[in-house]
Amino acid sequence: MRINCPHCGARDAQEFTYLGAADPQRPDGLAATEAAMTDYVYMRDNPAGPHRELWYHGAGCHSWLIVTRDTRTHAIALVEPAKTRKAGAAA
Amino acid sequence: MRYSVFSLLAQALQGHKGWTPAWRDPAPKPEYDVIIIGGGGHGLATAHYLASRHDITNVAVLEKGYLGSGNVGRNTTIIRSNYLLPGNTPFYELSMKLWEGLEEDLNYNAMVSQRGVINLYHSDAQRDAFARRGNAMRLAGVDAELLGREQIRAMLPYLDHDNARFPIHGGLLQRRGGSARHDAVAWGYARAADSRGVDMIQNCEVTGITVAGGRAVGVETSRGPIRAKKIAMAVAGNSSRVAAMVGLRLPIESHVLQAFVSEGLKPVIDTVVTFGAGHFYISQSDKGGLVFGGDIDGYNSYAQRGNLPVIEDVMESAMALWPGLGRVRMLRHWGGVMDMSMDGSPIIDFTPIDGLYLNSGWCYGGFKATPASGFCFAHLIATGQPHPVATAYRLDRFATGRLIDEKGAGAQPNLH
Repeated sequence: MRINCPHCGARDAQEFTYLGAADPQRPDGLAATEAAMTDYVYMRDNPAGPHRELWYHGAGCHSWLIVTRDTRTHAIALVEPAKTRKAGAAA
Repeated sequence: MRYSVFSLLAQALQGHKGWTPAWRDPAPKPEYDVIIIGGGGHGLATAHYLASRHDITNVAVLEKGYLGSGNVGRNTTIIRSNYLLPGNTPFYELSMKLWEGLEEDLNYNAMVSQRGVINLYHSDAQRDAFARRGNAMRLAGVDAELLGREQIRAMLPYLDHDNARFPIHGGLLQRRGGSARHDAVAWGYARAADSRGVDMIQNCEVTGITVAGGRAVGVETSRGPIRAKKIAMAVAGNSSRVAAMVGLRLPIESHVLQAFVSEGLKPVIDTVVTFGAGHFYISQSDKGGLVFGGDIDGYNSYAQRGNLPVIEDVMESAMALWPGLGRVRMLRHWGGVMDMSMDGSPIIDFTPIDGLYLNSGWCYGGFKATPASGFCFAHLIATGQPHPVATAYRLDRFATGRLIDEKGAGAQPNLH
């Protein structure tokens, strides 16, 4: 499996570390309910098909990436820097 | 037909022409008391214990492929009960006791072989950790022996005992552990349940679960709708997908685990050995192949196949432990899809929907648990109460903080 890093080009997946689903958003601090926190920490959609997930390029540019990958075939459709989303969310 | 030495002799005299199929191939009935989704080890065991221990025989097992086509035929066949935590130890020990009586119970040769399981340790700190685990096991009535350097050297002379980085200091031995013939376990349970009237319905994929008034009342399948009073999910690997049919999210990620078998050899290793300095374990099948494996690939996958880096990692561990393996050729490797739960332990529980039961989250340790999983799941379905040894396997433990995290890795499934 290769991941096409937007900064470094196509690299072997061994250069990256996997974290998991990219979409869960941490509820806001002390105001968060227990149920919302449980949902964020433990519950996952775990789809069979396209999955947006976080990978860290530890042996390359040290950036977090959001990879859209099909869990049935391992085919990667899209790789984007995670900070793009963060900037977008702040705007 | 009951299997015995007499039936074997009688058949031998008739040229083995009188054997009958081990189970029927019935069409689904319109309604059952209990539907079990998933004709793997755990689903078939559940059917057997429902019929034999609770006298509930109007049961169907629905399997989307053929019986035993999932993880019960993809594991490395090891059985053991060497767990540390109180939520786990009695459950896995019940499983071990059921393994010990399984063949008489099923009238089927599952080739249960108590050849021992040795977990090697490679440092003083690891020795302390293994001593603690062994003591916890013995307090719970499980057998465990802490072996020293010379004892391991005598038992397993071919290992690299004086490896510069990972010298073998000893091992924790569970003599009652060992292996079983995985396919025969599925077939034995299927045959025993079928003989009591349970319907095994193959090539029948569940495509939806019908809920009316907050209660599960039936399933939609590729062979038409079937009504049921109770519906039980035993679909580890695909639990999230089936649960999603009723809008339920689970604390589970599906990951791929690879396993390997070598060319057939003469008897060379008479026990199960795990490497304590990496994730690697090995045993030998009765056919002669060395059966071994290691870590999961570490990313979500439903592909039933993995990638090369893990293969390389497993082979490196093999060579570090047992350099002589370098001369052996690998024959096959394959992948299975694991229900990796968020604390590394399983779930046997009700769901928020009445009449719908959940058995999931077995990570890569489901095979050894097959008998107790079926036994406890059947108990839950039949009596409406969790079995005493499975009370910790609740779905709500993630919300209440009562996790069962043997590795202490936290909510990161690829680290369990």
